[in-house]
Amino acid sequence: MKPAAFDYLRPADLDEALDTLHEAGSDAKVMAGGQSLMPMLNMRLLTPSVIVDISDLEALDRIEAVNGHIEIGAAATQASLGEWPELAAKSPLLAEALPNIGHFQTRNRGTVCGSLAHSDPSSELPLCLATLGGGVVLQSKAGSRTVAASDFQTDMLTTDCGPQEMLVAARFPVAEPGAGYAFAEIARRHGDFAIVALAAMVTGETIRLGVGGVADTPQVREWQGLKGGALDDALNAFAWEMGGSDDVHATARYRREIVRRIGRKVIAEAKDAADR
Amino acid sequence: MAEAEAKPKGKYVGQRVLRRENFPLLKGQGRFVDDLPVSPRTLHAAFVRSPHPHANIKSIDYSEALKQPGVVAVITGEDVAALCDPLIVGFANPINYYGIATDRVRYVGEPVAVVCASDRYKAEDALDYVKVEYEPLPAAVDPVEAAKPEAPIIHPGADSNTVSRRTFIHGEPEEAMQAAKRRSEMTIRYPRNSITPMETYAIIAEYVSDTGGYDVTSNFQGPFSIHPVMAKSLRIPGSKLRHRSPSHSGGSFGSKLVIFPYIVVLCIAARKAGRPVKWIEDRLEHLSASSVAPNRVTKIEAGYDDDGIVSVFRMEHWDDHGAYLRAPMPAPIYRMHGLSTNGYRIGHCQVINNIMITNKCPTGAVRGFGGPQLYFAIERMMHKIAVELGLDPLEVIRRNLISADSFPYRTPAGALLDSGDYQRTIDETLADGKLEELKRHRDEARAQGRLYGIGYAAVVEPSQSNMGYISTLKTGEERERAGPKDGAVASATVSVDPVGSISVVGDSVPQGQGHQTTLAQIVADELGVDIDDVVVNLETDTQKDNWSIASGNYSCRFAPAATSAAHLAAQRVRDKLARIASQGLNVPPDELEFEGGYIRAKANPDNKVPFYRVAGLAHWSPSSLPDGMEAAVRESAHWNAPELTPTTANDEINTSLAYGFGFDYCGIEIDRDTGEVCIDKYVSAHDCGTILNPGLADGQIHGSFAAAVGATLFEEFAYAEDGSFLSGTFADYLVITAPELPKLDLIHPTANPSPYTRLGAKGIAEGNQYSTPVCVANAVADALGREDISTPLTPAKVFEWIHGEEAPPPDTSAKPAKKKRERAIEGQGEAFVPAAPEEVWATLLDPDSLAKVIPGCRELEQTAENAYRATVDMGVGPVRGRFEANVKLSDLRPPQSATLSGDLAGPLGASHGSGTVTLEAAEGGTQVRYDYTVHLTGKVAAVGGRMLDGAARLLIGQFFKALVKQAGGGEK
Amino acid sequence: MPLIAKDARHRIAFTLNGEDVEGYAEPRMLLVDFLRHELGATGTHVGCEHGVCGACTIRVNGRAARACLMLAVQADGKTLDTVEGLAASDGALSPLQQAFHEKFALQCGFCTPGLLMSLGEVIERNPDPSEQDIRIAISGNICRCTGYQEIIDAALAAAAVLRGETPPSQNKD
Repeated sequence: MKPAAFDYLRPADLDEALDTLHEAGSDAKVMAGGQSLMPMLNMRLLTPSVIVDISDLEALDRIEAVNGHIEIGAAATQASLGEWPELAAKSPLLAEALPNIGHFQTRNRGTVCGSLAHSDPSSELPLCLATLGGGVVLQSKAGSRTVAASDFQTDMLTTDCGPQEMLVAARFPVAEPGAGYAFAEIARRHGDFAIVALAAMVTGETIRLGVGGVADTPQVREWQGLKGGALDDALNAFAWEMGGSDDVHATARYRREIVRRIGRKVIAEAKDAADR
Repeated sequence: MAEAEAKPKGKYVGQRVLRRENFPLLKGQGRFVDDLPVSPRTLHAAFVRSPHPHANIKSIDYSEALKQPGVVAVITGEDVAALCDPLIVGFANPINYYGIATDRVRYVGEPVAVVCASDRYKAEDALDYVKVEYEPLPAAVDPVEAAKPEAPIIHPGADSNTVSRRTFIHGEPEEAMQAAKRRSEMTIRYPRNSITPMETYAIIAEYVSDTGGYDVTSNFQGPFSIHPVMAKSLRIPGSKLRHRSPSHSGGSFGSKLVIFPYIVVLCIAARKAGRPVKWIEDRLEHLSASSVAPNRVTKIEAGYDDDGIVSVFRMEHWDDHGAYLRAPMPAPIYRMHGLSTNGYRIGHCQVINNIMITNKCPTGAVRGFGGPQLYFAIERMMHKIAVELGLDPLEVIRRNLISADSFPYRTPAGALLDSGDYQRTIDETLADGKLEELKRHRDEARAQGRLYGIGYAAVVEPSQSNMGYISTLKTGEERERAGPKDGAVASATVSVDPVGSISVVGDSVPQGQGHQTTLAQIVADELGVDIDDVVVNLETDTQKDNWSIASGNYSCRFAPAATSAAHLAAQRVRDKLARIASQGLNVPPDELEFEGGYIRAKANPDNKVPFYRVAGLAHWSPSSLPDGMEAAVRESAHWNAPELTPTTANDEINTSLAYGFGFDYCGIEIDRDTGEVCIDKYVSAHDCGTILNPGLADGQIHGSFAAAVGATLFEEFAYAEDGSFLSGTFADYLVITAPELPKLDLIHPTANPSPYTRLGAKGIAEGNQYSTPVCVANAVADALGREDISTPLTPAKVFEWIHGEEAPPPDTSAKPAKKKRERAIEGQGEAFVPAAPEEVWATLLDPDSLAKVIPGCRELEQTAENAYRATVDMGVGPVRGRFEANVKLSDLRPPQSATLSGDLAGPLGASHGSGTVTLEAAEGGTQVRYDYTVHLTGKVAAVGGRMLDGAARLLIGQFFKALVKQAGGGEK
Repeated sequence: MPLIAKDARHRIAFTLNGEDVEGYAEPRMLLVDFLRHELGATGTHVGCEHGVCGACTIRVNGRAARACLMLAVQADGKTLDTVEGLAASDGALSPLQQAFHEKFALQCGFCTPGLLMSLGEVIERNPDPSEQDIRIAISGNICRCTGYQEIIDAALAAAAVLRGETPPSQNKD
């Protein structure tokens, strides 16, 4: 279980990384923390010809609140986001979601942007980004562009990031005043991939619910003024629309049940948080 | 019990002596196989493995692999079959097994070829260059289905996949069942699991050309009855197969028994390569292709009266051993044979054992060895009887248990239960574990509408296997012909050097259990020395050490047997030194004691001589020794217990030597919304006779408990109905971790030492494997009022038990996916093409267009009318691989519909499937509808199970998107 | 560092347990293989090579990390700590090692180095952890032998010693 051979570049700066991507295109693979990529390399599920390791690019190792966003550079780890002093105030949702991502040892190296770029259907961070309506900054030699989460994650393990582009930053909207947030995850064991992950945001009469682990990408719905049976019906319809698949850990039916039952709970928690 | 009280309790034995194994392990100085230095010429092996559950091998071409950098040799089944005989098992059967596929593959992960290269990375690089052509065959997966006449036959030459079927009648079960006032029946399905050790298989093999023998270092655990099996296969005398095991082995729990087929294959690889070959199994190999416990289906029937007193059991087992039988399989079911009535006073039983072959990984030993499966059936039945009669399940257990005054007790199937006081053990456990409090808690929870249940399990815990029990699967006549098999010899040697320091060598091959510590405790006590003066070395070398067929570490052999051998050897040393000392002290040897480094007169402790002086005399001055005494101090013992007799003509067998008793109860709560089973309280007690070291004993219980909770809640080697393997990583095969594990309330009941072992000790390491799965299952049955409970208790399954069928969707357009375990991925879709049906049809039938439509198509070659062979690069996101594909169009109804079918294969796995395409004229173009069924097997199915359906959907969607585009649809 | 080619071995230098070490590796060589087979530091073990079991956990610039999910080249210039560096130079066990010894927190010892390296960081960051904190912290370390209870006891005992408290008394028998 050893990786196939590849060239390796630890670029001095972002330009060098982008130059390499420009030349190598889809034969290159950007590696930040490598916590998703390395297992796949070890299993030879992918065999890039060159690895561009951006984990030591200090310019990308940043977390800051700007223009209503938490902007997180591509080399910032999940651990450093968790330790960011402003996190609980700026994003209660991320603060609640982060401990569910793998284990502390993988969060020590795993990056926020790497998780988004990898786009596993069960991952917590793509779910948070989609639910909060955030976006990512993609950069190539030709320039940079900002893509909304809903446009970025196009399919399982598939994003809008082109072969010569790199995800250089993620933008998570800062918590809105008066809004309440809650996160819940059903997994077989602590730190496992979610069977279903749910992120809720409640602002006044507006309920927004994001669900990961059911469809091939995180799905988000927003409802106005729904309560009681009407909310149950909306959750039920949402669950069926996403479908879901059977696998060794759970059935599609179970996933729908979790959306219905835990969806209701997580929305109630978010509402409570909003009322506090 | 007077005899029990006479058992020694010393300065060290029975004390919580800290482990003497710890320092190197804590400091990173362990000596596991992969830590050992090897010759610089050593090659590293990697295996080509089958992606198919069942297929004929049409050809293997490794010429390109040999050209890859660093590659020295490639070995196939043909090479092994040329130099080896098949690996034998304990009875005649149609299976020819070499450890590597010859003509056919029979499970996903089966070795097909070995690449030997200068390092592991290069060896793996070359795997893709070994071209294997397969002809897939239908698979037999379920053990009961596999027994049916219409099932695919897995081993040609057999007329059935049932390779052994025997019926055992003990007492008069038929008559007893007729006479019973009440009868109950149930069917149990016990899953496939294992206790995956953290260190995987590791082998270094070398061909010794001057003798024609082999020199092997591995983490094989025994029993050494397997050594002759390997030597016979390699066609050499056992003395030329030198096997060594190093100081450390990273856990085993039984699994390292069946490393031996790999040892044979590696020996042949080393011979063909002309250099030593090393192989460290990786985790994916371990999960798919090392060893598992047999899954089992059991139909159990009980006859009993209105008081719940059981008079008879009838059981039929279908024990699923996967693709091949490997010695000592099918041992687990026979190891428990004597205990077919557990610890109950049941006079009659009938047992039918079907030994099944299926297209799954072959089985081996797993901690518990046949017990979890058997006790799951028996203890579920005891619970059911209680439910039927409206009695407390604990009451039914207690009414049937063997009473304390009946030991030794012979069960109908022949086990000689040595000692115990089961009622007292239960009384003590209930008191210490506060059962009444737990019952109140259950009542309160239920009053609040919560799902809470209590379960019980009582189990007899066998230790030290009778090496003759496997012969029970033969008929009496066959046994007669083969000659008697019985006993279980344990060997140990104690030496004292010229300065009085002590070395102990044993045959117990530990994997972390603390044997060095325990043997040092025993020997230090016996010789009255400081424990630091005793060094225990448990590395083994079959060319130098004492060993016999029972040597090794399995079935709780250590506590009863290995300790007895060491104790006996130490006693011989003591007797010898006492005789020498007796001369100088003028005291008869039996009036001397060994204490504090001195040998002294019991009556006058001042009359003493230092231990080291007496030992020194035996080395420095043989002439001073008593007449006829041998010089030096080195005593070996080969200890055996006379109670381990051969199987009788009536198939009765005392399967083990010592029998402990375990009693558990637990309270569980089930979350209605998630189906998660939470173990709220778990109480466990084990009477395992004399406790030699409480720290080690508790560790064994905690470890067994964790593994058993894992088996109960999480672990299963899952196979789809088509035989593809679905639990290929540690993210799919879920080992329990600390947050999920409930705290164990461990009770230490009064010990009933074994009268048959020298220290009164019985095994303890397997108890919770037997009791915990069924104890929790009984609690779930209690919580839900449900009879059919199977493990692992996955939330999705438990949820369905609570809530039944799902309500239909509000909008009928959303279809629920079909419920299935089959890895057939089904789906459908549609697309609009702004072109006439005839144009779309032409695109489908034109090879050039088809080449553009098939995702990642690099080459397309027409092989027949409407049949093509293609090389495609395809994948999902960054996961990509190259596949050889065959595509065929059939059932052509131009321009309306066609069937597309085909298969593809590559390093990432293999697939076959079919689909229909329907074209319907619509306004301004064509509505294209498609549906498909795809089977996937091999690496991606094993490691990517979570995403397979989505991935198939994505790839097939890509095909139709491209079709739309090619037929003129563009990206609109 | 310029682009380094797949088929060549490159010089890699870092600080290991306070000492400067160096060796050569192809870009694809896993850090754990480099430690074990190039530097001979075999205390770090390989358990799954996909980041789940935790046996290969080491510390990189002070942070616990999976050595199977890092390339050897990535360690260049960094500070690494492995199990070999825990005991004092005179061989005396660290408080955590000592607690493992006294609490029977290891059996086969294969997972132990990963647990020691993980818990080292946990206790440094949270000197007064609860039992639940420890359970969560070691959720990424699989032990097949002990059932974790003794490991948890050892971690809590070591934390107490490091806080300067008298360690909890030995389990009574």
